[in-house]
Amino acid sequence: MNTDTVSKQKTTSISAGEMLLKTARNRAFITGSEAVAEAVRRANVDMAIAYPITPQSESMHLIGDLYAQGHIKDYYRAENEFAVMAAIHGASLGGGRVFTATSGPGTLRAMEMFPVWAGSRQPIVCAFMCRGVALPPSIQPETIEIAFLLDTGMMIFHAENAQDYFDMILAGYAIAEQPEVHIPVGVFADGFFVTHTREVVMLPPDDLRLDAYNCDLAPIPPFDMEHAPIRMVRDPLLNKSNFVSYAASGGWHLEVLAAAERARKHINHYMGGLIEVENPDAKVMIVASGTAVSQSREAIRVMSQQGMTDVGLIKVKSIRPFPEKEIEQATAKASLILVPEFNAGGWLAREVKASIDNNKRVVAGPRVFGGASLPSEVIIGEIKKHQY
Amino acid sequence: MENQNLDIRMAGLGGQGVVTAAHILGTAVVAAGKYAVVNPFFGAEKRLAPTESYVRISTEKIYDRGEVLYPNIIMVFAPQVITQGKSHTMPFYAGLKKNSLVIINSPDPIVPEKDMAKLDALGAKVVHVPATKLAVEFTETDLATNMTMLGALCGLADNLVTLESIMTAVEERFSGKSKVVASGTSAALDEAIKSKFEKTASMIEMNSNAIRKAYEFAKQF
Repeated sequence: MNTDTVSKQKTTSISAGEMLLKTARNRAFITGSEAVAEAVRRANVDMAIAYPITPQSESMHLIGDLYAQGHIKDYYRAENEFAVMAAIHGASLGGGRVFTATSGPGTLRAMEMFPVWAGSRQPIVCAFMCRGVALPPSIQPETIEIAFLLDTGMMIFHAENAQDYFDMILAGYAIAEQPEVHIPVGVFADGFFVTHTREVVMLPPDDLRLDAYNCDLAPIPPFDMEHAPIRMVRDPLLNKSNFVSYAASGGWHLEVLAAAERARKHINHYMGGLIEVENPDAKVMIVASGTAVSQSREAIRVMSQQGMTDVGLIKVKSIRPFPEKEIEQATAKASLILVPEFNAGGWLAREVKASIDNNKRVVAGPRVFGGASLPSEVIIGEIKKHQY
Repeated sequence: MENQNLDIRMAGLGGQGVVTAAHILGTAVVAAGKYAVVNPFFGAEKRLAPTESYVRISTEKIYDRGEVLYPNIIMVFAPQVITQGKSHTMPFYAGLKKNSLVIINSPDPIVPEKDMAKLDALGAKVVHVPATKLAVEFTETDLATNMTMLGALCGLADNLVTLESIMTAVEERFSGKSKVVASGTSAALDEAIKSKFEKTASMIEMNSNAIRKAYEFAKQF
């Protein structure tokens, strides 16, 4: 495999901490899809595999350009999303740093591979650009696919905007590749509202790239499903063997979950926390992730202009691991907790209700789906219905 | 500053450059030191399918995103948006704020009487601009309709952006100086546009000329 070409040789490799937390940045007026490509440009990725689906296609198209420019060692279009996720798993097992992306129905088609990634402890970074799935079909933004991935063992980050998407993908590599973590991360953003929306994003210089992934620090040997611990933990399923191997498999489940727990301090370090809180003493708290955060910020801005200042915001950046304690603490003084979402199911409201005392305070909405926007007026209306 | 918050909705048909127009306007606004957030709305990407794009402009950081439901300015790139209802938003002026601006690409008035009465009641300024006609006249292709629509916008909306900053943004968009996300379809369209001209430079020059003509036309109103 041909490795570096001229364009990549011109870049300097630095640590993720320097890239994310210390390097001075420049303004760019770009879309979320472009922000993803700018992150991958700087991520020193070995291999990326693509399969088109709206609204994800543009980002992997741009990453194909990065391959052509020599920033990525290998890139191809696979047969379908399942093939992408299976092949990217192989590339990761081979010791490479990998990237791919998908959306909605593509996520569901590839579903089998996500717990496999987690079970084999691969630090795969996958971008999910959320859209409707077939209930009924829609290509428009919707976050229901996150609900399907909550218990795959992957870490799940949810970006509010293009800036978050850029930062969280790079932070994703830094966190996922910690030897004590070493599990995959899905970095989610709402399709169109982030992917196709053009706004100012602050970028580190493009002649910097992350230090290479060191697969020798991985908790399992590279390219190895045939030796301990993976061999031991897959055998009960395949061979119906004995109690010891059942215990090994069960224990490994716990270890995958524990790895996500050990990620918390690294999320705090690289992403400034699992949540962000505005106006922490407010009586009304909005808990949101993704674009719903932006819409809530707008609602709070409008309400404050109207003299209603007792409204705060909890932005949930990490969905897995979930910030139960942080949310419990940040809602301690709230008498009303609103959870606006871009899906019909209301998975974030369920997570919040399960994390706090007196969960009758939680209003599971407003929710929009089928591609609808969530105007700030709707959030304000919901708050006024219950308070003010 | 006037226009602290300005929300623009552009409606047209796939292939007319509705998304590109929003991109260029946003670039010009940001270059002028204001905030802009730009996003499109479309279904499957195909020519002549209903397409909308939105430009939010403010002197402060913008959080709101998605469809612009309550616009200050509506730009209708294709008469069919009104005459055939080829639009995501029906009627085309749904949510229009009071004392706003509507720019319609048509040589003749096409807004039905009953809709015109509603627009009058809102205090809307409705201007018909022969944008496609001007595009064909000065660039020899209707694909530059988005350019003439931007020129008309500049001529009609005071203190929004200068004509020069639009010209600079057009140059950035097509000269390859800036990185542009082009989906397969828009990349193909870019090539189609460029193939109609010997060189990108002459294309940019012709576009600039068309923008200026549309600007001068709109200044009459």
